[in-house]
Amino acid sequence: MIADRMSKQKVHEIRWHGRGGQGAVTAAHALAEAAFVEGWVGVTSVPAFGAERRGMPVSASTRFSPQVIRTYSQIELPDVVVVLDESLLDDPSVTEGLKRDGWLIVNSALSPERLQVSGDFNIAAVDAARVSAEMGLLSGGSPLVNTAILGAFSRVTGLVSMPSIEAALRRRFNNSASDTNVNAARLTHQRTILNPRSNGETGEPRTGEYLRVSGYCR
Amino acid sequence: MAVRLCRVQVASAYPITPQSPVSETLARLVESGELATEFVDVESEHSAMAVVSASSLVGARSFTATSSQGLAYMHEMLHWTAGARLPVVMACVNRAVGAPWSILNDQQDSISQRDTGWMQMYARDNQEILDTIIQAFKIAESVYVPVMVCYDGFVLSHTNMPVDIPSQADVDAFLPPYKPQYVIDAADPRTYNAVTLANPRRDASGLMRQGYMEFRQQLHEALESAHDRIKQVDQEFAAVFGRSHGGMAWGYSLDDAEIAMVTMGSLGMEATVAVDRLRQRGCKAGVLGIRAFRPFPKGEVIELLRSAKTAVVFEKDISYGSEGAVCSELKAALYGSQARIPVHGYIVGLGGRDVKARELEAVVEGLTGAGAMDGRQNGKPRWLSLG
Repeated sequence: MIADRMSKQKVHEIRWHGRGGQGAVTAAHALAEAAFVEGWVGVTSVPAFGAERRGMPVSASTRFSPQVIRTYSQIELPDVVVVLDESLLDDPSVTEGLKRDGWLIVNSALSPERLQVSGDFNIAAVDAARVSAEMGLLSGGSPLVNTAILGAFSRVTGLVSMPSIEAALRRRFNNSASDTNVNAARLTHQRTILNPRSNGETGEPRTGEYLRVSGYCR
Repeated sequence: MAVRLCRVQVASAYPITPQSPVSETLARLVESGELATEFVDVESEHSAMAVVSASSLVGARSFTATSSQGLAYMHEMLHWTAGARLPVVMACVNRAVGAPWSILNDQQDSISQRDTGWMQMYARDNQEILDTIIQAFKIAESVYVPVMVCYDGFVLSHTNMPVDIPSQADVDAFLPPYKPQYVIDAADPRTYNAVTLANPRRDASGLMRQGYMEFRQQLHEALESAHDRIKQVDQEFAAVFGRSHGGMAWGYSLDDAEIAMVTMGSLGMEATVAVDRLRQRGCKAGVLGIRAFRPFPKGEVIELLRSAKTAVVFEKDISYGSEGAVCSELKAALYGSQARIPVHGYIVGLGGRDVKARELEAVVEGLTGAGAMDGRQNGKPRWLSLG
């Protein structure tokens, strides 16, 4: 049902947000590879240009389209925003421009309803960190969620199938690591909780959240 | 990848953002044995250019890559390489030049090297970068002039996109090994690039030797002759690989275009998106993409702009106190031709400032009104999306 909503006849723009070291850029590239495997003709992925440091907010983007992509400028109106670190949701620029029928996908232990996010879009959440921890996908002691969350992307959008994501991950990692990453993506795919906008509140965000966000000055 | 396909014999480079992935990949492939190229580690870009000049002098196909301050640091050796007529190919990953510091994209670095005698070609996507490097060796080795293959830093260099990799057999057939006319050879010692005087004169053995000016004229004529060669090589490339990149310049929806957006590099792709949307609203726009900046495609520009009533140049460089370099070139090309059209110059995207199709559209729509013809602006450039 959800896959039908996200048409394969148009351009899709995905923006990734994470912190330096979490692998948002790798995720953007891996999704692009998976989209290419899936058969999308136009595929691009690119890090946001600027200095990157461990722990600092970083972003990246992936585009795919049934036609060759001719635009390289930054995404203004994303169809999907994927957030690897839910603390970034405090920054309104993370969901800025997200389309009304678009999806926000968050790595979080909270359900979509309980996430402190205001905005007129669909929300999905998955505890990808827990999945990665269970799989032993760790980097410096912290769970590495960037590949696991690709499973959530597939589940939510239906734009790139799990076999394509698995093929992209197997290209990127050697045998044992590719199994772990593929299994993490599969488990995340299962555990993703979807909260379409029509099932929740529509229109104006709840007052408390609205105040909290609008009080944040960029 | 292009270096491997072209069977480059010597490469030397010093890492600089955003060129770094090129030198890192070259070093890694040579180290792992996947690339049979002699990679020379150096302490600076000046030395990198000295190394590839020397290797080219002994007859080796030679390649380097740099950006921004690195290219600026090569400046002296750029003159030397072109003056010595060495067919080196260099990738210039376009980046802004400091001060103030910026690691991000514009084309001020390569434009600043305009008069060093190098050919300059600008690619609009990653497929064209690969293909143009292959073409560049063929062009350079036939007219004995080095080629700078320029592409936008980050915008292209750090964007992943699908690229068709040609087969080694096809590239080998297209680009045979470099056969230099003259090489430095210890077994047959000769002097190259000796001191010249103002006028031709007889040397110690009584042979008539050229003066400095004759060498300069020959370099100029070599670049002029490269004009046809660039077109021919692109056609030959298309015959083998099925892709043409337009030779000296390319057009998009120009046949009936009343307003032409003139660009160089990746911005041309963004401009085609703007054109599609403008045409949906009935605005007859098109794109003229400058692929070769040196030699400049004078004839092609006049031909491609035949239906245009207005041209607007969007470029990522500025000749301070004058206007954008492409704008000046375009005006010079049109001078004395039948195309007596206003040329508007816009400076865009300096230091990585994002340039969006909708911004280009807005400029074009603003120019299609009554004011289009009064827009000559006394040569003053306008600046897009200043804060």
